[in-house]
Amino acid sequence: MSAVAVEVEAPTMPEVHYLNADYGWRSWLFTTDHKRIAWLYLFAITGFFAVGGLMATLMRLNLVEPTGALMEPASYNKLFTAHGLIMIFFFLAPSIPTVLGNFLIPIMIGARDVAFPKLNLLSWYIFMLAGSVFMFSVIRGGVDTGWTLYTPLSTTYANGNVLSAAVGIFISGFSSILTGLNFMVTIHKMRAPRMTWFRLPLFIWALYATSVIFVLAMPVIAITLALIALERIFHVGIFDPALGGDPILFQHLFWFFGHPEVYILILPSMGVVSELVAAGCRKRVFGYSFVAFSSVSIAAISFMVWGHHMFLTGQSVYAGFVFSALSFAVAIPSAIKVFNWTATMHKASVSYDTPMLYAIGFIGLFTIGGLTGLFLASLGTDVHLHDTYFVVAHFHYVMVGGAIMGYLGGMHLWWPKMTGKLYPEAWARFACLLVFAGFNLTFGPQFILGYLGMPRRYAVYPAEFQVLNVMSSAGASILALGYLIPLIYFTWSAFKGPVAGPNPWGAKGLEWTIPSPPPTNNFDETPVVEEAYAYGPEEAHVG
Amino acid sequence: MGLRRLTLADGHDSAALVAHQFDDFEQQTQADTFGMWLFLATEVLFFGGLFCGYALYRNLYFEAFTAGSHLLKIKYGASYTVLLICSSLTMALGVRSAQLRRQTALTVYVVLTWIMGFAFVYVKLRYEWYGDYLEGLVPGLNFAPRGESLDMIHHFHATVPHVGLFFIFYFVMTGVHALHMVIGLGLLTTLLIFAKQGKVTKGNFLWVELVGLYWHFVDIVWIFLFPLLYLIGGRYV
Amino acid sequence: MSEHVLPKKLYFVIFASLIVLTAITTGAAFIDLGPFNTVVALVIAVCKASLVVLFFMHLKYQTGMTRVVILAALLWLAVLIGITMSDVFTRHWTEKGAPWQHSSAILPGEPTGSTVLQLQDRG
Repeated sequence: MSAVAVEVEAPTMPEVHYLNADYGWRSWLFTTDHKRIAWLYLFAITGFFAVGGLMATLMRLNLVEPTGALMEPASYNKLFTAHGLIMIFFFLAPSIPTVLGNFLIPIMIGARDVAFPKLNLLSWYIFMLAGSVFMFSVIRGGVDTGWTLYTPLSTTYANGNVLSAAVGIFISGFSSILTGLNFMVTIHKMRAPRMTWFRLPLFIWALYATSVIFVLAMPVIAITLALIALERIFHVGIFDPALGGDPILFQHLFWFFGHPEVYILILPSMGVVSELVAAGCRKRVFGYSFVAFSSVSIAAISFMVWGHHMFLTGQSVYAGFVFSALSFAVAIPSAIKVFNWTATMHKASVSYDTPMLYAIGFIGLFTIGGLTGLFLASLGTDVHLHDTYFVVAHFHYVMVGGAIMGYLGGMHLWWPKMTGKLYPEAWARFACLLVFAGFNLTFGPQFILGYLGMPRRYAVYPAEFQVLNVMSSAGASILALGYLIPLIYFTWSAFKGPVAGPNPWGAKGLEWTIPSPPPTNNFDETPVVEEAYAYGPEEAHVG
Repeated sequence: MGLRRLTLADGHDSAALVAHQFDDFEQQTQADTFGMWLFLATEVLFFGGLFCGYALYRNLYFEAFTAGSHLLKIKYGASYTVLLICSSLTMALGVRSAQLRRQTALTVYVVLTWIMGFAFVYVKLRYEWYGDYLEGLVPGLNFAPRGESLDMIHHFHATVPHVGLFFIFYFVMTGVHALHMVIGLGLLTTLLIFAKQGKVTKGNFLWVELVGLYWHFVDIVWIFLFPLLYLIGGRYV
Repeated sequence: MSEHVLPKKLYFVIFASLIVLTAITTGAAFIDLGPFNTVVALVIAVCKASLVVLFFMHLKYQTGMTRVVILAALLWLAVLIGITMSDVFTRHWTEKGAPWQHSSAILPGEPTGSTVLQLQDRG
């Protein structure tokens, strides 16, 4: 930990806090404390990440040989489908909102809990039910349609597990809707006195925008999955061209949800990065209101660009023009954020602790991911790049290089708050570097592969692509190690780590004014609200 | 028209009614109400996906949709609409009774609402849908229009598979709506139990308002389903 | 928030209006208005829905945030349906040409419906 100017006494753990206030499995499985629910989600999504990661490992192992080293294409198809669905719905979408969001939102706004604590617990149970149903479909043999479940493959020609997979995703949608609803009401109605909108941490703005997307987008995927299920059960032709149906309708409905969904995945991470940068620079985020408004405008514009996934499907070219233009527009608020974070770092005394390292990694890798998205948003270049590894690289840069690095950075920043313990900084920095190096080695070559024409979702490929594929698989093994190490030291630190105290980072924000770990009711008295990121010159330190 | 403003100070212990995460009754009421409106917004998008598909196919196959619409019986559609409007009235009056702490009136109105909602579902399943089944108009089960139905289809120069698409949307849209009605009946039953226990009139009358919001929303969905399914292309032919 | 208790009379007036509007929409279906049948039906449906939302659901007496929620939901639904329909309506423009391309200088003779041929014609 970086040196602080004056340290009077060693930090202590409070005697009673939310983790030891009550014991027994009942106190956890029937809890309504948002902080405990955050832990329930943390265990769940980490498990799903392991499963999804295992599938990615198998895929990359298979791609070491041009003729497929490990499996038949039929199995490979099931792997990338399950990898996508698990990672998106059961890891990324819940990760920051349900773990960090659940833990921090009430504390950051000065409330005792979320607006509907029992609903919060119900959301977790619904999520677990959804995950069980979905894993059931995977164990039964899985689905081979790709995570996008395009018709008529998914409705007419694919195997019978589409139904159980669709039901699993449908149920998870309810969990997300209820969480989003809970967060929106909490942020609107339960802020502490004098906590006006523009005194809120930017993390809250980002999660609020995410919740708006949850509420508006998830119902559409729900009804779309219901229609797939109906078509499979009753063999009716809603999307079947032979009976007059239009497969493009499915794609419109799917991507109307699907594109905002990817903003669900990145917006919370952007919120985390704002917090990481502010804490790491001990400085107010530059252009606070611009960053806040950009979160909201990303949420709004994200609903109008979905056709850029459908440029080559038979959609009207004229609609394509409009979608392409709007897709360029949606990049602007994201760019505004990147500029503001960079400006915050300018002339700040930056402490390169692990959270800040992850934030810097995010800024660089997300920028690459975002810029490569523009190639895909342009009609002409998309003709060549659609359905190639360029797309795969693009979204992994934003989702893994962006979203997951933000998630890890947030976990490192707030781990001391959640557990009252410090993680080992040296190991954490090492793991961060492994993640960064492994990630770029995995996905950097994939841009080149895509540009050269290697299609995505293929278990085999022409021999001239082998070198790049081997590089990518090697990178994947380094990345896996980078993800494994935090699992070990976080677990160790929860039991054996040094005590953190209320504010090991010297950061501003209501969460740092209460003990680590916090008491069950968060605040013993009504918190005193000051401006967001009220760092004065005395907070800036040397080193 | 005069409005009465009612506050919780009307002789009730407010602290006992406030959940621990809220500061006061006012905050709880605002949060609960806002939450319910947000939920209704999600329902708008949920049904909205179906309306989107409907709009697309109605434009592609207008003749088929007109033919299909003529195969539905207006007497059912119109009576459902009247029934639901009546039930909305009784529901609104029930909410009013709860606000005025009149337990008997509340119970009566909720029971009336329940009866009409049940009548809606019962008549729909037992008579309208069963009738459609007998006429061979259920896609996925026995879709094979014959006799007068087939004549109607030919009259509008439509094709049988496209009329099948219309009927898919008819059954799915009214089916999802009916499912929401059934859920509403369950909510009303719960409300009746709470009302009997005095929990509503002596306690938190907001529950009635929230159930009422849900019930009115389901009514509104039907207000759009009726003309969009039963009155396509007019009935002057 | 303090409850607004509306007078019974108001509820009955709204109820009567809804019944009347239902009668009108049903009756109008039996009159040949051409394409306006749909318009009339939808306009009446919107009126009925508004009456229910404003008075039965008390939206008239709610805070502005509630209105924003409803308007947002409706607006986003309009985006979904509107842009999807714009795709459907303009898909055939590439084969048969957009309305502003219908001049003999660009498409010699009747549009053939064959995309390949037209690409060659345009050079």
